[in-house]
Amino acid sequence: MGCRFVKGYSYLTLGEMNIQNKAIQVKGLKKSYKQLDVLKGVDFEVEKGNIFALLGSNGAGKTTIVKILTTLLKQDNGSVTVNGFDVAAKPGNVRQSISLTGQFAAVDEILTGRENLIMIARLRHLSNPHLVADDLLKRFGLTDAADRRASTYSGGMRRRLDIAMSLVGKPQLIFLDEPTTGLDPEARIEVWKIIKELAGSGTTVFLTTQYLEEAEQLADRIAILDKGRIIVSGTLAELKKLFPPAKVEYIEKQPTLEEIFLAIFGKKEEK
Amino acid sequence: METIKNYFFSDMGVMLGRSMRHILRSMDTIITVTIMPIAFMLLFVYVFGGAIQTGMDNYVNYLLPGILLIAIASGISYTAYRLFIDMQRGIFERFHSMPIARSTVLWGHVLTSLVSNAISVVVIILVALIMGFRSSAGVLSWLAVAGILALFTLALTWIAVIAGLSAKSVDGASAFSYPLLFLPFISSAFVPTESMRPVVRAFAENQPVTPIVEAIRALLSNQPVGNGIWVALAWCTGIMLVAYSFAMRVYKKRV
Repeated sequence: MGCRFVKGYSYLTLGEMNIQNKAIQVKGLKKSYKQLDVLKGVDFEVEKGNIFALLGSNGAGKTTIVKILTTLLKQDNGSVTVNGFDVAAKPGNVRQSISLTGQFAAVDEILTGRENLIMIARLRHLSNPHLVADDLLKRFGLTDAADRRASTYSGGMRRRLDIAMSLVGKPQLIFLDEPTTGLDPEARIEVWKIIKELAGSGTTVFLTTQYLEEAEQLADRIAILDKGRIIVSGTLAELKKLFPPAKVEYIEKQPTLEEIFLAIFGKKEEK
Repeated sequence: METIKNYFFSDMGVMLGRSMRHILRSMDTIITVTIMPIAFMLLFVYVFGGAIQTGMDNYVNYLLPGILLIAIASGISYTAYRLFIDMQRGIFERFHSMPIARSTVLWGHVLTSLVSNAISVVVIILVALIMGFRSSAGVLSWLAVAGILALFTLALTWIAVIAGLSAKSVDGASAFSYPLLFLPFISSAFVPTESMRPVVRAFAENQPVTPIVEAIRALLSNQPVGNGIWVALAWCTGIMLVAYSFAMRVYKKRV
């Protein structure tokens, strides 16, 4: 579990510390499309350096929240602060400090993996785009495929390139909208590893997912969105406390297919 | 706090480079926007041309303006296609969530359309020269031709933007250009309108392609352009302004 108080802020008052510590603050967020109320007053906060998972079924409003937080969509009501900047008043500052990996791998299929990364580095106005691209290709195991067009990549490779593109320029906060939807189990485990490494290096990760297990594996804090409202949020331990204490039952434990798969690939990776 | 600088030109350069790569890596695009118009030109000059009476002794000279318009009309359908793909694949969202000059995401496509169509126009003119096209036009006339073609490209590009942004499928994104491709055939681009049936002739003489073709033809053969050039410019500017305002409305709704 991540430490709640970051060292070095002890001289600040409690209120200031809250602002300094929060990567995202959302209060009373509302959004509707014509007659349809998608978000009906959403509140949550994300601490810096945490992995925050927003859980919800299809159509719960997860992507709408991501779009508002990433300045792609304007809210109807409520206040949203990202890295200390109000998304409505200072969208430029917000964009400078974040990166979005959307629901579908937004890579340019006609360009090669390397060209995709160089393009993003140029758009982030970095001084040495080629070097940045080389580093990320190496880090994401794409060096061999670097000069092939992204259209020839597998789903997992495409997603890795997509996430690598989001890391260009080292943004403080990364949005991952359903990063593992449509991936095979092996690719999904790879993406999980990447996300854990990201958080380990101090990047805040905002993740949406429909998979409970994904949230359980990765997130420091979890919020569950249902019909436009956060119905419950907290750490995994806190959420577990909401349910009646575990009863002891004796049942035969059969390995799930997932566990078998993990066991096989776990061994493969150890070699 | 870091100030947000505007990197309009550098971002525009990246966007232009990106879509020019898309064009150069697509055999389909190159064939449609350059090889097809050249094939038309060969077909009309060497097969049908002998039977067509235009009142000019050199049929390539007569035909070239219409061929250029056909090349541009087929070129802009790819602008619609590229825009549609960008919208659908989430590239637009990625760009829009980045600290870039946002307008370059759309204007990059418009600039690409201008540049790529200019290239195919130049290639077609070079082939026409080999086929016997000759012009006595001076620098000013050539500049006027370039201006009319650029205006025509812009006008059609904004129509393509509307199509690309509002299409529901890939086919829909490029299907709008077929009527545009037909307009030159029912104009004075290939045959003089005097030879047409009355109803067709009335249509041919009052649709935009005829005055544009005739203005370019007059400029290239050093003839007086008369009032026709103003009609041509009015059509181009009018279509451009209407299409632009519609396109911006669609764009603001989609983004």
